[in-house]
Amino acid sequence: MDAALQLAVEALHARYAHALDSDELERWPEFFTAKGRYRVTTAENEARGLPLPVLYAEGQAMLRDRIASLRHANIYEPQRYRHMVSGVLVEQESAGSVKSIASFLVIRIMENGDTQLFASGRYVDRIALPQLRYEERVVICDSRRFDTLLAIPL
Amino acid sequence: MQRSWPAEGATRVPYWVYQDDDIYREEQRRIFRGPTWNYLCLEAELPEPGSYLTTFVGDMPVVVARDKQGALHAFENRCAHRGALIVMHARGRAERFSCIYHNWTYDHAGNLTSVAFRKGIAGKGGMPADAQPESQAPKKLRVESIHGLVFGTLSNATPPLAEYIGPQILPRLKRVMVKPLKVLGTYTQVLPNNWKLYMDNVKDTYHASLLHLFFTRFRINRLTQKGGVFVSADGAHHCAYTEIVEDRGDAYEAGGMRSANEFALENPELLEQVDELGDNVSIQILSLFPGFVLHQIRNSLAARQVVPKGIGRTELNWTLFGFADDDEAMLRRRLLQANLVGPAGYISMEDGAATGFVQRGIAASPERASVIEMGGATIGSGDSRVTETAVRGLWKAWRSYMSI
Repeated sequence: MDAALQLAVEALHARYAHALDSDELERWPEFFTAKGRYRVTTAENEARGLPLPVLYAEGQAMLRDRIASLRHANIYEPQRYRHMVSGVLVEQESAGSVKSIASFLVIRIMENGDTQLFASGRYVDRIALPQLRYEERVVICDSRRFDTLLAIPL
Repeated sequence: MQRSWPAEGATRVPYWVYQDDDIYREEQRRIFRGPTWNYLCLEAELPEPGSYLTTFVGDMPVVVARDKQGALHAFENRCAHRGALIVMHARGRAERFSCIYHNWTYDHAGNLTSVAFRKGIAGKGGMPADAQPESQAPKKLRVESIHGLVFGTLSNATPPLAEYIGPQILPRLKRVMVKPLKVLGTYTQVLPNNWKLYMDNVKDTYHASLLHLFFTRFRINRLTQKGGVFVSADGAHHCAYTEIVEDRGDAYEAGGMRSANEFALENPELLEQVDELGDNVSIQILSLFPGFVLHQIRNSLAARQVVPKGIGRTELNWTLFGFADDDEAMLRRRLLQANLVGPAGYISMEDGAATGFVQRGIAASPERASVIEMGGATIGSGDSRVTETAVRGLWKAWRSYMSI
């Protein structure tokens, strides 16, 4: 195992999570390459070989559109997430590409203090080197259920 | 029911309808287990003989299965013996269904075919010869399939499905379901509100462009665009549509409405529509009483099943589909447009929020009522969507089923 690479990937996942949890949503697209893909799906759809995403973006422009819509168009109750990312597996595919699988828990905190376990699952990532950005981040939620709405990205 | 409807009639809906335990129980009996057709699944989800899935009709757990001859059946997912679930998996294929508790066995039509050790062992034990465990057999639903959509009813009094849907709405359903389907995937949105608040929302053509800025800003659906609404004669079912023709007006901007604020997409690819049905419709939302919605939003197609889970909780099961002959470009378009709908949908996410706000807002006011007076007190079809005619239709039908 390349310890430096392991630490670098874990740090990338941690920076990503802290950006979302700190409401620095405008930074979110910068974690991806220019053509980076982001897809949220469910374990059930994955297991059945069904392509339906819950949320899907191709490239930074679509990622920025998602955030712009959250900021300026969509109406949803104020809320924050707390990400817990663990069990990070890292495998170098080539000089320019790394695969990573990690577990996540996302706790959702509403403005009135209501706190609930909102999502769990795994991140299945392809990460570009040396810039350490996601070429692809697939968020596979363990459950098929989503409470009320999924506004902030996972 | 000791409740009385407000004197204004069709233009008021009292808030106790979303709050009462007694109402909820009566709805289960009079509506979901009464003379209504309840959406079960797509035929495409049961492609082969022996395939099955589990779902709900109101609170009742239900198995839907295709038998070896290809016929569709639906029956209550409750063993005749002790009432346990017969089928515990979401979907699969099976030769027969065996209750895990004591191995009582059923065929694809829900007939009890075997009781384990019914005659005992070596002349001892077992059931008396005159025992009638079949008397507690799971209820069977009458099943009808229309254009690939499978419905079930528990009442003998329910008219045939096409007649139930009626001549105003049936052509609008056919217009979408034109060829064999391909399921793209499913998920469930859990709504923190009574099931009727979601049906209200679906039938409310007035809210769409006001709540959903995404619609308005990109002129996908403005009330100033050409469109219309159809309501069935009994008020129960509706269909609203908007034409593709772009609106260039500034009614929203001039009115200073929140939904007219400046906002533009960097990459509007996900809005690009191919007029695949050839009739210039951008959006069509169709609902059938009590809990079915069919949508065409650009090239996004889906069936939505509304399942009540108590007074203040509703599960909305989304099944997005395309057609079996979709090419790669159409598949990609549908997957991109999946961003418009569901829990993370640029459009749909807000419906969960708004209906939940009603459930919370009315907490202390069961005796007060919604004002549903856009378009007057009429219930019927028309070419304006600045109306709540389809919402009034829902309540006309609901009151008729509930005798309130």
